[in-house]
Amino acid sequence: MSDVALELASITKRFGRLTALDGASLQAMRGTVHALLGENGAGKTTLMRIAFGMLRPDSGSIAVDGTGRSFASPADAIAVGIGMVHQHFTLVPAMTVAENIALGGRGSFRPAKIRDAILALSERTGLAVDPSARIEDLPAGAQQRVEILKALSRDTRILILDEPTAVLTPTESRELLQKARELVSNGGTAILITHKLRDALEFADDITVLRRGSTVWSGRASEATEETLVAAMLGGERTSTEMQPVTAIATNRNATVLSLENVSVRDDAGVERLRYVTLSVHAGEIVGIAAVEGNGQRELLRVLAGRMRVTSGDVRIPAVVGFIPEDRHRDALIQDFSLRDNVALLGASTRRGVMGWAAIGRQTRELIRDYDVRAPDELTRARSLSGGNQQKLVVGREIEGSQTALVAENPSRGLDVQATAAVHARILAARDAGMAVVIYSSDLDEVLALAERVVVVHAGKVTEPSREYESIGRAMLGLPVS
Amino acid sequence: MTETMAFVVDMLVHATPLVITGLAVALAFRAGVWNIGADGQFIAGATAAAWVGVSVPAGIGWLALIIALVAGVIAGAIWAAIAAWLRSRFGVLEVISTIMLNFIATYGASFLVRGPLQEPTHVYPQTSGIVSGAHMPILLRGTRLHWGFVIAVALAVIAWWVMKYSATGFRVRASGVNPFAARSAGLIDVSRVTAFAFVASGAIAGMAGAIEVSGVTFALYENISPGYGYTAIAVALLAGLNPLGVIGTGILFGALETAAGTMQRNIGIPSTTASVIEAIVILAVIAVAQLRANRVTTSA
Amino acid sequence: MIDGTSAFLEGVVRTATPLAFAALGETVTERSGIINIGLEGSIIAGALGAVVGAGYGGVWAGFAFAAVCGCAVAAIFALFAVTLRADQIISGTAVTLLALGGTGTLYRVLYGSAGAALNTPTLDPASIPLLSRIPVVGRALFVQPSITYVLYVLVPVVMWWTYRTHAGLGLRAIGENPAAATAAGIRAKKVQFLAVLFGGLLGGISGGTLVLAQAGTFVEGMSAGRGFIAIAIVVLGRWNPLGAALAALVFGAASALQFFFQATGSNLPYQLFLAFPYVLTLVALAATHGRTNSPAALGRQDFEQS
Repeated sequence: MSDVALELASITKRFGRLTALDGASLQAMRGTVHALLGENGAGKTTLMRIAFGMLRPDSGSIAVDGTGRSFASPADAIAVGIGMVHQHFTLVPAMTVAENIALGGRGSFRPAKIRDAILALSERTGLAVDPSARIEDLPAGAQQRVEILKALSRDTRILILDEPTAVLTPTESRELLQKARELVSNGGTAILITHKLRDALEFADDITVLRRGSTVWSGRASEATEETLVAAMLGGERTSTEMQPVTAIATNRNATVLSLENVSVRDDAGVERLRYVTLSVHAGEIVGIAAVEGNGQRELLRVLAGRMRVTSGDVRIPAVVGFIPEDRHRDALIQDFSLRDNVALLGASTRRGVMGWAAIGRQTRELIRDYDVRAPDELTRARSLSGGNQQKLVVGREIEGSQTALVAENPSRGLDVQATAAVHARILAARDAGMAVVIYSSDLDEVLALAERVVVVHAGKVTEPSREYESIGRAMLGLPVS
Repeated sequence: MTETMAFVVDMLVHATPLVITGLAVALAFRAGVWNIGADGQFIAGATAAAWVGVSVPAGIGWLALIIALVAGVIAGAIWAAIAAWLRSRFGVLEVISTIMLNFIATYGASFLVRGPLQEPTHVYPQTSGIVSGAHMPILLRGTRLHWGFVIAVALAVIAWWVMKYSATGFRVRASGVNPFAARSAGLIDVSRVTAFAFVASGAIAGMAGAIEVSGVTFALYENISPGYGYTAIAVALLAGLNPLGVIGTGILFGALETAAGTMQRNIGIPSTTASVIEAIVILAVIAVAQLRANRVTTSA
Repeated sequence: MIDGTSAFLEGVVRTATPLAFAALGETVTERSGIINIGLEGSIIAGALGAVVGAGYGGVWAGFAFAAVCGCAVAAIFALFAVTLRADQIISGTAVTLLALGGTGTLYRVLYGSAGAALNTPTLDPASIPLLSRIPVVGRALFVQPSITYVLYVLVPVVMWWTYRTHAGLGLRAIGENPAAATAAGIRAKKVQFLAVLFGGLLGGISGGTLVLAQAGTFVEGMSAGRGFIAIAIVVLGRWNPLGAALAALVFGAASALQFFFQATGSNLPYQLFLAFPYVLTLVALAATHGRTNSPAALGRQDFEQS
């Protein structure tokens, strides 16, 4: 029997015109942590979804423990011992931990029996959960533990973790990765999808790097350096904004553009999402928001953007604030409308009488030109553009539409390196032109790369620790900042 | 009059309520409102128009027609507003509420024509005839074809223009196709816009009922609608929810119903076959649209 | 007066039975995230199927054929709403229209355009020893056509299946979060298809009950919106099988009222009573606002993209 637990050879996968994977390969050995590294959009998740039977490859082969396999669905992959923890949790919020872990089983369902099995598994792995708790009542870290237990509950020997640290604080992330190391000590295999070099170098035995759907580097972690991995991930496309952190230059404070005073927000269920938040953003500065998901950063951004009513407190913002929401497909664009009609959304609520289609068309053509949107014309449907070009249009529309303030939420999510650089450049240019900018990213590196000030939201409260990794990390956890 | 001519006249008379209710459905669907209640709104409009038509003094002449039409529009709007209010205030699915309101309207009309509004001899389940001032003028002398058809076409053109060129129409379309983006990127008050479209849809369906009473039946009967509101769904979907297209599909279904009526009289093919054809049309339209959409999604 | 009450309660259970069958099936369907507006179509198809089946092989053949017909109509809906992922509301409306028109046409083709008032054998009430002697409710619950007793057995079985089997757990998970269910190795589309078929099967039996336990004949459009009322009952029963059965009793009572008032010689217009269940549906839906725990993914068609 070979020592290769999972082998993916020359996998190609196309989605219509887009080639997501182009002959990608990966070999994960038994008893190791294997990091799968690459930029957003490099094809990491697609490759692992193929390994887990969620997608079928157009060509290429899969072998588990040396035996060739073909998966029609995750059920087939689970049957041969593969488990996957997804980046976006695949838990049922309204159900209990026990029900979630039991999901996919057969025969009669006895909660007590499941409960005992979970407690035993918890004991063995050191991942503590309460089997009878409902998922929606659990914090992100606990949900992650449930995901992992779920994956391990069925004799899983190969565990795929897709960006497992995205929703965790730096401390929680380290604990989780150490846990992954322990899990492989008795012959299992963990595959860690990540775009963080440091995590890969520190915790993995082997590393595979994907770029544009192809394997461009693979080898022992001990033989890799940050430089070789960066070169492999980015190829020749390294951009200036990417690695160059902005130096704080808040010399003379300009006028306050966005200001919140003692703002509280309660959601429909009566839960307080923001508590007595006071925050000012000035013209010509970028304020970064750092937070673990679900701590009220979502509400804070929407209040600043004038998209959410507050329960109490004082909000002073311009009449029009540009807003780049993280879910571009749902909140920023109407996919079946033309680019022109999407631009017409600007001011749609107050427009009276007849649509000035000629003027809106002209405005759209200017945006297409000035923001380098690759589209044949302004009557093209938004759906037919790539994610990067869609986002460039949104960024252009929101910046030009407001000219005084911009709020951006995960603005580079799902974009490739070049599109990310273009979006960053536009946000910096807006700042230079005197706009007040607020940016939130679940990637702390992105926040630090763009923002001069960083405020942290934890449990609905806002603090402003010193602008460095360690103290921001502590503040995100709600720990006192030294 | 030749047989073809008679068929064309019948077809256009049948098409009139279908075009107008088709517009009502198209408007609602465009706004993301599943108004399956055009039938009830039609009945409400017809009832109000008939009630006005039998109550106003004969001396006011053509004013009676205007009042009857306005009454029909208001009644249809109110009938839709109940469902719109239930949706916005209590989150009641409009699909269910509008269907319930269809039944309630049917029984309500049945009660009226057998009770308070029954003709004086109390023999037939219908109202007396409306005053002649409330009659819709005839378009083609010597036929049943009335001006209602012209109103239907004009309404379609107006609806098309409003959807395409007015700020209100844009808000309706944006709210219907993606309420999240309409709210977040367009700052549109989506629930207000959709409620407005819902009520407007009811008003249009109500007008169809009023026109039917003033142009065809001249009185309110039990079962005054043979299911126009349901046929309207096929009319609207086949037209791709485009108001100008509704003129064409409305006439097509008018022809279908005329032919079905003739066939039932002549060769005994049940008229219920028409609704089978309507259903097949709807299913065919969504199958084609879905197969096309699925192809686009997998290539994106 | 005791007799009057007893007769009324008997009427409540009798009119509630077809509603409960349909609502029980729809509960399972909706738990999988699919709302089947075409349920009305399954009921009317079941009613016609019952007449045809009973004509060949008696009452129970009638029920069997009713179930098959209800299932067939649901399969058309599932083909569109599940397989093609077309809009559930439009697909369901079209299927209802298709079945209402189709049964009308078929009926006239099969039995002549005069629609010869065809009589089928019907189930007589069967009395269950001892239980039927319980004061007040005994006769109402246990002197019923035997199809009602099938319902009594079915409710706890569906209840057990939904909450105490892995298959039921999977079904509920699909309705809440299809992506999670798929990731756990459950074939969402297959389960949803089967859930729709089950709903159609019980919808067909519901229609069969109308014919074989009540009317004794087929009338065009005799489903009279029961499919839509059943969907409201599912909401009122909070997507719980037992809840649906109990909520059906409320609607049974609303319908039974008219017989009660007719019997007492009231001269209130009968249309009022005919309209009452529909008004009640609206009121009930509005009243349950905010207290509902509907399956989170109910009615969504975009679910695979997550």
